[in-house]
Amino acid sequence: MKRSDKSWPEALYKTLKIAGVRQVGYVPDGGHKRLIELCLADQDMRAVVLSTEEEGIGLAAGAWLGGVRCALLMQSSGVGNCINHLGTVRECRFPLLLLVTMRGQVGEFNPWQVPMGQATPAVLSAMGVVVHEANAAEAIAPTVDAAARLAFGSYQAVAVLISQAVIGIKSFQEQASR
Amino acid sequence: MKPVLHRRQVVEFLLQERKSLLVVAGLGSTAWDITAAGDAPLNFPLWGAMGNAAMFGLGLALAQPKRRVLVITGDGEMLMGLGSLATIGVQKPRNLSVVVIDNERYGETGMQATHTSAGVDLAKVARACGFRTTQQLRNRARLAALRSAIHASPGPHFAQIKVRAEKLPLVLPPRDGALLKSRFRKALLGEQADLD
Repeated sequence: MKRSDKSWPEALYKTLKIAGVRQVGYVPDGGHKRLIELCLADQDMRAVVLSTEEEGIGLAAGAWLGGVRCALLMQSSGVGNCINHLGTVRECRFPLLLLVTMRGQVGEFNPWQVPMGQATPAVLSAMGVVVHEANAAEAIAPTVDAAARLAFGSYQAVAVLISQAVIGIKSFQEQASR
Repeated sequence: MKPVLHRRQVVEFLLQERKSLLVVAGLGSTAWDITAAGDAPLNFPLWGAMGNAAMFGLGLALAQPKRRVLVITGDGEMLMGLGSLATIGVQKPRNLSVVVIDNERYGETGMQATHTSAGVDLAKVARACGFRTTQQLRNRARLAALRSAIHASPGPHFAQIKVRAEKLPLVLPPRDGALLKSRFRKALLGEQADLD
């Protein structure tokens, strides 16, 4: 990976700031590690650690009821935990911005991640969530910018799937050393 | 010891003189309870999302730190989202209260027993998760103090109120989720709600 490729979390953080996101719900995740650190360090942003991903759907909906924009960070496995709650988002037409780091997709080493990773786009689409894919580091911030406009401007649920090719986890050893 | 409190009376009492209180209700009986006390734009009764009522309250409380937020939900709904008590315990919003109306039953599906009927103590769970005040109520004695705390004293507060297992007439709020959302935002945020 080129040196410049590693700066995508900074660009993504700036994009969230420009989009007016003031709450961020997250389940700790290797792919989002740097972005989570940036959000936690921001006095004007409330970063809320969740015990499971579906809590984030309630958090984001509650924030919108209160006039605040929220983004959720999760791994593709966590998308499965959210399914029923995405029904509420659709029925109430809540805006929703999901930033999903993919597992079980490109070069996965853990077979248990593969079923949910492979099903993630179909599951999201089935629940009425618009799916944008970011397959290269330089595409992430512009894709999230567009997704945020669609979510908050047009009251849509939008997920940006960040490819495992960008995250680049290839082995247990590499993951353990992150 | 059989509970003596009636859920509708408890909820009506807690919502008296509610002023600017923002109210989220979990699906089922507690949504009917807040509606029986008087449907209002600043009520957000859930018709789905079981297990997530407390998290709606957290997102709202963090977004509106100058307003008081009350989540009223049932024991079955709270049991489905126990992790949210831990999540709230980490954030410690001073303006959030969670009240569980505990009849020890799943009221909408045939009054089957919930875990609380076997002694699971939700107030102790909330205490262990870091809520500032936690209590289990079995009579009217501390209801007025709870209502005052919901409006004024630093939270997060948690109360588990044991009530009779009774089947009551349905008092339904509007079902249209987009309508419930829009009327809530308009009442809270004014004209700006539609311009954001």
